[in-house]
Amino acid sequence: MNLTLHVWRQANAAAPGRMVRYDARDVSEDMSFLEMLDVVNEKLIGEGKEPIAFEHDCREGICGSCGFMINGAAHGPQKGTTICQLHMRYFKDGEELYLEPWRATAFPVLKDLVVDRGAFDRIIAAGGFVSVRTGSAPDGNAIPVPKEAADTAMDAAACIGCGACVAACPNAAAALFTGAKISHLGMLPQGQAERSRRALRMVEQLTLEQFGSCTNIGECEAACPKQIPIEMIARMNRDHLKAAWQFRGAGKSGGGE
Amino acid sequence: MAATGAALYLFVTIHLLGNLQVFLGPEAINSYAAKLKSVPEIVWGARLGLLATVGLHILTTIQLMRINAKARPTAYTKKANSASTVASRTMYLSGPTIAAFIVYHLLHLTVGSAHPQYSETDVYSNIVFGFRVWWVSAAYLIAMGLLCTHLRHGVQSMFQSLGFNHPLQTPRIKKFANAVGILYFTGFASMPLAALTGFLPPFFERL
Ligand code: HEM
Ligand code: FES
Repeated sequence: MNLTLHVWRQANAAAPGRMVRYDARDVSEDMSFLEMLDVVNEKLIGEGKEPIAFEHDCREGICGSCGFMINGAAHGPQKGTTICQLHMRYFKDGEELYLEPWRATAFPVLKDLVVDRGAFDRIIAAGGFVSVRTGSAPDGNAIPVPKEAADTAMDAAACIGCGACVAACPNAAAALFTGAKISHLGMLPQGQAERSRRALRMVEQLTLEQFGSCTNIGECEAACPKQIPIEMIARMNRDHLKAAWQFRGAGKSGGGE
Repeated sequence: MAATGAALYLFVTIHLLGNLQVFLGPEAINSYAAKLKSVPEIVWGARLGLLATVGLHILTTIQLMRINAKARPTAYTKKANSASTVASRTMYLSGPTIAAFIVYHLLHLTVGSAHPQYSETDVYSNIVFGFRVWWVSAAYLIAMGLLCTHLRHGVQSMFQSLGFNHPLQTPRIKKFANAVGILYFTGFASMPLAALTGFLPPFFERL
């Protein structure tokens, strides 16, 4: 099949960008979307032009590196699929595709379709961890976990931090990402000690990173390649409200520093 | 935002039930209005409370808009919507329209300065004659339609913001929120429509 691509080209973070048109010829329907771009890039390199920059690593939908918008849909039109796992058979011959990077103040564009998602790392650093004693490994099933809690934690832990939720959200909020991390740890016994402060600090970091504010629209849930439900956002709100009450008067991050 | 929304939602419910008494005839609604007005503490308490709540609701909306405008300064060339509803995407449109409606509505049925033949005591006739003007009724119907889309998204959003989401209950809440939208619209819209079609006769015709 043959496709027309309109791709966001931007030389670096400081340069202005623009949409540039490319033809993708003889695309096999068995290619993944990134393999299709590889072929386009081979041609660009052959012509002595700058290839299109995009992020990728595992190409099997588990690392969270890849992702950009295809016709305004994060990771493209296929539900529950990262762009590296999206195959060309879902597209029609002659289609015009618009490829754009995630757009958010918190995710500055570094080059073409690559954005800096360091904001996610800083949210994790603010509270997305559990403190454990080091030493010999604890016995595998020494701490009982209720089945439902384990299932919910597992659903939340499926988050690969790709940023599609932010990209799809009309408010550029990172509520689904943060909600998933807070739920993942907050559902498990090991995460209880720091549960309140975790919610306070991660939510505070969200604001510091200039993410938007969630209005419960649900585009994130639809875009998430791991189909994480917005129930995680409600849990974050609940933990945060409880913690804000528990630590009232102790400052936004709960003090204790 | 969720808290003020919840309070306003409560008011709209009480207001709808109060207003529907118009179908019970002039005596019912006029004596209800007289009863409310006979206790100035309640009327003025409620008025000031409502004013403060509406004010806070608008203020938090403005804060929200500012945060969110900063969070995505560059728009997408193309943007697909897949899960959001029309109601959720038009909150910034339905909200201000309702605010403008409230001002008009107060001048129309509370102050009476925007009413052709306002009476301090005869609320029933105020409603019937007020709605006999077709474009007034039309404006009410549009405002009520937007109010109900506002509630449709608002009610379910409120639960989510306050941290309530449950695999079994949340689908029910969404159905409830949709039903609220349709039911309240039907309730509010029935009054101008009844007055226009003559189903609600003017006071003197009933004598
Ligand atoms: C068809 C729909 C409606 C009808 C027929 C209606 C009718 C009335 C009437 C007759 C009054 C004056 C009561 C009196 O002076 O004793 C009133 C007051 C008021 N209405 Fe409505 N109303 C409608 C919808 C709404 C909606 C949707 C809202 C708000 C979201 C609203 C907000 C108010 C407020 C704030 C007052 C003033 C209360 C006060 O301080 O006296 N109304 N309405
Ligand atoms: S490249 Fe690892 S998830 Fe797509």
